[in-house]
Amino acid sequence: MDNFTIVGQKIPKIDAPVKATGDALYIQDIKVSGMLHGKILYSKYPHARILKLDTSKAETLPGVRAVVTAADMPPNFRIGVMKDNPPLKSGKTKSIRDEIAAVAAISTEVAEEALSLIEVEYEELPGIFDPIEAMQEGATLIHEEVKSNILKMPWKLVCGDVETAKKDSAHIVEDTFSTQWVTHCCMGTSGCIAQLDASNNLTLYSNTQIPSLAQNDFIEALNAFGYKNRRVRIIQSVIGGGFGSKLDTYAYEYIAILLAIKTRKPVKIIFSREEEFFATSPRQCTITKISQGCDKEGRLTFREIEMILDNGAYTSWGATTPSVMMLPISSLYKVPNIKYVAKCVYTNNTYCQAMRGYGNPQATFAIESSLDQLAEKAGIDPLEFRIRNSNEPGEITPQRFKITSCGMKECIDEVAKRLAWKTKKEHKGNRGVGIASLIHVGGGARVYKSDGCGTIIKMDDFGKVDVFTGASDIGQGSDTVIAQIVAEVLGIPIEDVNVVNNDTDICPWDVGVHASRTTFVAGNAALGAAKKIREQILEAAGKLLEEEPSFLDIKNSIIYSTKDKEKSTPLGKALRKIHYTLGGKMLMAEYFYDPANENFDREFKGNLSVSYAYGAHGVEVEVDKETGQVKILNYIAAHDVGKPINPLLLEGQIYGGGLQGIGYALGEKMIYKNGRLMNGNFLDYKMPTVKDVPPVQAVIVETDEKDGPFGAKGIGEPGLVPTAPAIANAIYDAVGVRIKDLPITPEKILKALKEKQGRT
Amino acid sequence: MKYEISFLLNNDKVTVEVDPVWTLLYTLREVFGLTGTKEGCGYGECGACTVIIDGQAVNSCIFPILEVEGRHVTTIEGVASKDGTMHPLQKAFVNEGAIQCGFCTPGMIMSAKALLDAKENPTEDEIKDAIEGNLCRCTGYVRIIDAIKSVSKGR
Ligand code: FES
Ligand code: FES
Repeated sequence: MDNFTIVGQKIPKIDAPVKATGDALYIQDIKVSGMLHGKILYSKYPHARILKLDTSKAETLPGVRAVVTAADMPPNFRIGVMKDNPPLKSGKTKSIRDEIAAVAAISTEVAEEALSLIEVEYEELPGIFDPIEAMQEGATLIHEEVKSNILKMPWKLVCGDVETAKKDSAHIVEDTFSTQWVTHCCMGTSGCIAQLDASNNLTLYSNTQIPSLAQNDFIEALNAFGYKNRRVRIIQSVIGGGFGSKLDTYAYEYIAILLAIKTRKPVKIIFSREEEFFATSPRQCTITKISQGCDKEGRLTFREIEMILDNGAYTSWGATTPSVMMLPISSLYKVPNIKYVAKCVYTNNTYCQAMRGYGNPQATFAIESSLDQLAEKAGIDPLEFRIRNSNEPGEITPQRFKITSCGMKECIDEVAKRLAWKTKKEHKGNRGVGIASLIHVGGGARVYKSDGCGTIIKMDDFGKVDVFTGASDIGQGSDTVIAQIVAEVLGIPIEDVNVVNNDTDICPWDVGVHASRTTFVAGNAALGAAKKIREQILEAAGKLLEEEPSFLDIKNSIIYSTKDKEKSTPLGKALRKIHYTLGGKMLMAEYFYDPANENFDREFKGNLSVSYAYGAHGVEVEVDKETGQVKILNYIAAHDVGKPINPLLLEGQIYGGGLQGIGYALGEKMIYKNGRLMNGNFLDYKMPTVKDVPPVQAVIVETDEKDGPFGAKGIGEPGLVPTAPAIANAIYDAVGVRIKDLPITPEKILKALKEKQGRT
Repeated sequence: MKYEISFLLNNDKVTVEVDPVWTLLYTLREVFGLTGTKEGCGYGECGACTVIIDGQAVNSCIFPILEVEGRHVTTIEGVASKDGTMHPLQKAFVNEGAIQCGFCTPGMIMSAKALLDAKENPTEDEIKDAIEGNLCRCTGYVRIIDAIKSVSKGR
């Protein structure tokens, strides 16, 4: 199977037609008979004591079917990574998104009116909105029972000996960088429908990106409600964007379940855009103190990082992003000595979650900005400096990552060539070039006890196949990639592959859409199942055709002998014969693929992923010194992705990720003032529009990843990882000011230019 | 108080009782069950709800239903031909890879259609102007521009 006809081709997404015609059903579009509509009341203050909560008026409003508060939740029921988040809050509210009551009614309008009838009296309390302040001795405790605002999640990685390396370094730089909150802006807002049957089994219509883990969470919830050993079925709608936002379960889902229990009716909760802005969990903001050194030849000697993350009032996966930050910190370029310490700090701000890159963008912004400073100090061209320190195949990094395939140098070369780096570096006049690289997991990531994905394949009587996969398609195109793999192995057209991915009752387990793992892990699972069923088909067909199975092949849905031209049969016909025969059978196969990667040990070391993805972004900018405006003249995004299974989709990930990265670098910021979101709408939150698209080239650098399905590695997240530092470096090259705090706004550039002038 | 209005919806004459506070989007989705038109924000800032009224792309989420009286409304459901063949724009969006999660797609296609119906061969800047109000978080817009270009006349 060397000449692939489907794998490696630019094949349109198989779910695109239903999306182009408006037939795709998102969670907003799904109705269940008898359904009620739920709405949530949030705290008026980021930190307050609830003195009185009176729901009686709301309850009597016609059309209202239930009003719930914390008193209706099982006592001590908490959600989240640290189990510090009651889905409905009582006593004290700790952030502006604290849910304190909810209503189920016959329509959204009635539910909203009911919310306005709930009477709440608060005593506003002074809040803590700055993590540094929250870390001070004697600071007000956000969670009194926890005794400290610093999370008991001590992130610390030490490799080699940084102190000695510092002494031996020829050049050292040290600086502090910070990043802002940004939000996913999924165009389809969050939502769910919770429905209980007569035996209190739960069906949840959801747009989660972790169906199997969500199932677990809700089983726990039913237990807490007193419904022991019940079944939970997650049915996913078409998902209107994920980017990490749906990687956890949220209060609103538990509230929908509670309302369904109270009313014995299905209850739908859909977020308004306003809620989507303030009540979902953004990418965490960070303060990063970084120091790096190199020897006389420009070889990196050490990297030391101290980081503070604003955890907000509760804990979701955002608090665990330092685990992924360790990846670039320890292993972006060859650095023998590493020290990294991170603290997550409770405040009265919003709490954070996974968002594309999972900490990597924040860490890479600091590392790659600082690296440019170091190159300058060492008097070496920044691109040359990166090549000198580039990762290589076969390397084992200080954190014990085993680098298999690695196209980092080739990516940097592509940037140099396509940007005309040497010429552009000399040409000035407010123009400049910048580069930054990335490393990310590309072969799954063992952050959970299993990193697996299951697949079941069922052949029908006509030579067509149904593939049941655990993997969720959140728009990235995993269904298409899976269909391509199965079609390739079975020698059938892709139209004959139907991928079913949205129902935990029929689909096998999968850990979820994260860590850019789906093509690699779900792809391998599909490949394993396809190979198994192919064997079964050929085995059975061998009997029909009286031929050794090893001489049989399938092409265009015809099973034929490679030895004897006379011996062939259409696949469908063979399947019917196998089926409609005394003692016949339906052909089915299953395969569970769990990559041979490792959980971190206690020191946070181990081979987290089976393979690692690389890339380099280069950018040319022009900075207007009068206005501070940055114009991107040319953007090159080169990515090592192994062997591409579908270049069309792959480039789509790079373009999409790239523009999210540009938004992160130049405009997007959730402005929180004293715990309140000031710009929770599309007018004031600067998500890029089509007018922000620069001239951009997505460059695929092929390597062959031996463990990947058809040689592929993951690409979901990398597209936005090095964008911000590449742009920051280009701005520095253009006008000599370095902006260390994202986003890089015209105001910050003007201020820095002024300061620079003052100095000279 | 309900009013009765009549208009042309995807070439069918319809008459319907409406509440004057309803928007066109609400009526399309809740009364006619045409869920292809999406709500991304509900206040005129994302374009997910774009439909065409008498040749103009409009945000149906802020379009009062009473103003639809006597007019011609086309939604994404009315874009393909009656036999189900996709419109060239729909095909282009599919084939050029302009669709990821797809939530922005119906609105995006309606904006593009209004443009191409008025101007067969728009420039890239005109394409960008036409879809500036349509937000997409997934694609980075590159392939969307390509798709629209690919169906402009003379290409
Ligand atoms: S839903 Fe109408 S513009 Fe966003
Ligand atoms: S394809 Fe997801 S928002 Fe455009």
